[in-house]
Amino acid sequence: MDTLLIQMLNGVQLGLLMFLLAAGLTLTFGIMDLVNLAHGSLYMMGAYLAWTFIGWTDSFVLGVLLALPATFVLGIVVEAVVVRRLYARDHLDQVLATFGLILFFNELVRAVWGPAGKSIAVPPFLSHTVEILPGVPYSAYRFALIVVGTLVAILLAWLVARTRMGMLIRAGASNRRMIAALGVNIELLFSLVFGLGAVFAGLAGMMAAPIGSVKIGMGDDILILAFVIIVIGGIGSIKGAFIAAMLVGQIDIFGRSYLPDLLKTFLSPATASSAAPAISQMLVYLVMAGVLVWRPTGLFGQRT
Amino acid sequence: MKGKLFGTATIAALATMSAGGLQPAMAQESLKIGFVSTFSGSQAAIGEDMRRSVDLAVEHLGGKIAGKKIEIVYEDDQFKPDVGKARSEKLVQQDKVSFVAGYIWSNVLLASYKTVTEEGDTILISSNAGPSQIAGEGCNKNFFSTSWQNDQTPMAMGDYLNSKGVKSLYVVGPNYAAGKDMLAGVKRSYKGTIAGEDYTKWPDQLDFSAELTKIAAAKPDGIFIFYPGAHGVQFVKQWVQAGLNKTVPLYQVFSIDAITLPQQGDLAIGTLGAQEWVNDLPNEQNKKYVADFKKKYNVYPSYYGAQSYDSIMLIASAAEALKGDLSNKDKVRAEMKKANFKSLRGDFKFGNNNFPVQNYYIQETVKDAAGMMTVKTIATAVTAGVDPYAAKCPMK
Amino acid sequence: MMASLRTPRGLLTVLLLVLFAVLPLLTQAFDQRYLLSIGTRVVIWSIAAVSLNMILGYGGLVSFGHAAFFGIGGYAVGILSASGVASGWVQWPVAIAAAAVWAALIGALSLRTRGVYFLMITLAFAQLVYYVAAGLEVYGGDDGLNIGRSRFPGLINLADKASFYWLCLALLVATLWFCDRFACSRFGFVLRGARSNEQRMTALGFPVFQYRLVAMIISGAFGGLSGALLANEGAYVSPAMMSWVKSGDLIVMVVLGGMGTLLGPLYGAIAFFVLEESLKPLMDLAHKGWGEYWQIVFGPMLVLVALYAKGGIDSLLGRRHG
Repeated sequence: MDTLLIQMLNGVQLGLLMFLLAAGLTLTFGIMDLVNLAHGSLYMMGAYLAWTFIGWTDSFVLGVLLALPATFVLGIVVEAVVVRRLYARDHLDQVLATFGLILFFNELVRAVWGPAGKSIAVPPFLSHTVEILPGVPYSAYRFALIVVGTLVAILLAWLVARTRMGMLIRAGASNRRMIAALGVNIELLFSLVFGLGAVFAGLAGMMAAPIGSVKIGMGDDILILAFVIIVIGGIGSIKGAFIAAMLVGQIDIFGRSYLPDLLKTFLSPATASSAAPAISQMLVYLVMAGVLVWRPTGLFGQRT
Repeated sequence: MKGKLFGTATIAALATMSAGGLQPAMAQESLKIGFVSTFSGSQAAIGEDMRRSVDLAVEHLGGKIAGKKIEIVYEDDQFKPDVGKARSEKLVQQDKVSFVAGYIWSNVLLASYKTVTEEGDTILISSNAGPSQIAGEGCNKNFFSTSWQNDQTPMAMGDYLNSKGVKSLYVVGPNYAAGKDMLAGVKRSYKGTIAGEDYTKWPDQLDFSAELTKIAAAKPDGIFIFYPGAHGVQFVKQWVQAGLNKTVPLYQVFSIDAITLPQQGDLAIGTLGAQEWVNDLPNEQNKKYVADFKKKYNVYPSYYGAQSYDSIMLIASAAEALKGDLSNKDKVRAEMKKANFKSLRGDFKFGNNNFPVQNYYIQETVKDAAGMMTVKTIATAVTAGVDPYAAKCPMK
Repeated sequence: MMASLRTPRGLLTVLLLVLFAVLPLLTQAFDQRYLLSIGTRVVIWSIAAVSLNMILGYGGLVSFGHAAFFGIGGYAVGILSASGVASGWVQWPVAIAAAAVWAALIGALSLRTRGVYFLMITLAFAQLVYYVAAGLEVYGGDDGLNIGRSRFPGLINLADKASFYWLCLALLVATLWFCDRFACSRFGFVLRGARSNEQRMTALGFPVFQYRLVAMIISGAFGGLSGALLANEGAYVSPAMMSWVKSGDLIVMVVLGGMGTLLGPLYGAIAFFVLEESLKPLMDLAHKGWGEYWQIVFGPMLVLVALYAKGGIDSLLGRRHG
């Protein structure tokens, strides 16, 4: 029972991390109709910037607080230099250009920070374990991730549902041309949304860094998963992205923790233990294919 | 626009040619060695360590073997089997190297194996990877290893755990050729109970929370892992974060070393591992190698580097014995097999399948006098170990 | 369709054809065996790119899972070869049929979606095949499988590099010929019509869904063929040949070369490989050690192509005639 609870928490934590990455992606996709493969590069840049600032300030919190605006600025610059020219283009041109950006950022990081990965230590005040139930320890850092992730999700929900910018975002997601026609400064809105997406991606990278390591291409693998999430949720929908991220997090953890034993009941142990990782990865894609066959624009996507 | 396009194409074609073909004159005076490793992406640090050791070996040889200039052609496998295979093919066909060495990853080596040894009839020296497939029935006269067969290092760890009376063990590793061999290896020699066994997706799984939770629930006496390079860093960090370092000791192969320790830092202190080479092995060549490496690069070398250094020295010994005449492949192979060079690990000889017959040591992670993280030898686990597949190899 | 020698396009086409035809002789004369290997890969990838172009270029359906056909074709050959069926007369038709069946299956499900959702659902299906291959322990799992080359006794020996190259080239020419007929046929016009205005084609009474499904099956079949060739090129199959990156590479080739044009995918594949093989030595020439960072140049080049070379390389050759 304890194990089950902890595995669920692991799933929630993984889901929240992916939600942060997916939120920015679904916003830029929904509002600017932009397929941004370089979103994973912003995740990576966030982590590298945080590593640099943490080195300067000798404090995890200060480093992250400095890295967040830096990622925002980076996002604004990328938007102004390349991305802005892509809004009016079709998705294929966007894929090609942002794929080029990925290659560029990966090599840039290698040239600037070197090929070896970097490590961000867990801040000392979170480097212990907490007892979520008597006798059931859980990593304090992972617990903090859940708290921060939840807070950011609430903040984002408030931003989208209650503020003027959120209103424009929602309007933009459902009808881009209309809000431009209504005299909204669309260029500024797009810049801000892209910068905001960059901040969320960067934050996800910074928060994932102490669990893993800061390394070249760290955003590329997780990017595909983020795309899966926004498609399951429906492009442009924050709510959809959140629900899909939770779903994917749970599927991933449960596939890894219970599937091998399940398979062993009808396969040989050797076959089961090597087939399980492959099958648990497949589950996510099976779910996505299933959702799209059932609802061709995702769970909460705009119907056409 | 058109002129530009043709211009680019011409320059590109010329560059491709000049990289290989336009230097036939040089081929007579130089001895070409191809070296395939990972120089880009998340595991580039391992390739860098190997390259540094190869450069150091060339330096120690005075840049020449039997009067010929040594020319190393490095190729990046990008951590992908198909790329490694294509790069190996290029080394054999375009650069026409006399030897191909390197290879960190078992799956990259397996993909490139036939291309080099059979289709290219070129001598291949693995400086790290040792998949079981090529130690047994798939052995080849053109293949030599200056590392180990995958099963051997974990077998040494298993022996040591038996002697320490560790009663149950949870084994975890990545789901690819080497991961399967490594876990098979420890299970082969370890006599206690296997409390659980998990394979994780390779190379893109970096979160081990589900596996660590299962381990905590199984309450074993020890965890055995195989996670080379960047993955080792992540596993060790997450093992500590989950608080398991207080309850379940970690035993590892190839997961805590000179490459990963700068990132693992204090978290890894006290963990035990098995290895065929340790930086404090007391022989003269090793002392010189480690001292020069540290002087040149300010970090400790790893076994990846030491094995690569040995690969170059092995090649040098064979070429020197033949006075640089590599035209008769049978003679080259015979000289290689003699292993008449001073290995960094002391005594070195080949078994029938051209894998080394050698000792394995247990090492502990410590801080050196200067506060730098490193490993030191604490015991000899296996003496003159032969790999379990050697008997299946038809070569003598 | 083939324009006269006076236009840049016609000139380039003829030059390319001649160069392709005599490549094995050249590489032998200049002792550049490796260039023949690159040439063979370019030809095989061109077949795949041309097949992707049938649905992506003419049909306007952005499939992000085309590498799955590579994989299915390759694994059909690999699995048959590992089970002792060495004859190419069995292996290749099975490879093509398996890819076509898979195309029919995913087509029927994914053609319900549009735009980016189509892109993602094709990716999902390709990832499924990828993980199936990675889980196939008996056939090497993640590590892939070294295989024997297909046998065509008395006809051709695929281990001979030059013969294999010429066979691939012949198949590429056949694929291009088919694609040309395909594009100019009534079927092709309906497909292209549906790309620009689906509603109008439906209103005109064309069953757009069925047309697209058939196009996907044809495209998949050629993709399977290229997979069988790729397996024979390296005598090796692995899940890596159908990773999403490979699907991405194929899209890059088609877009780079020029979508919806006959020879565009061919130009794209050539440019892609030439850049990949030459940027590194080129940058090393400029400054030793820079070569490793070749992608720092390649990346922005892709950005520039996307931004400023609309229509790809094909459009640089001037307006099309005919």
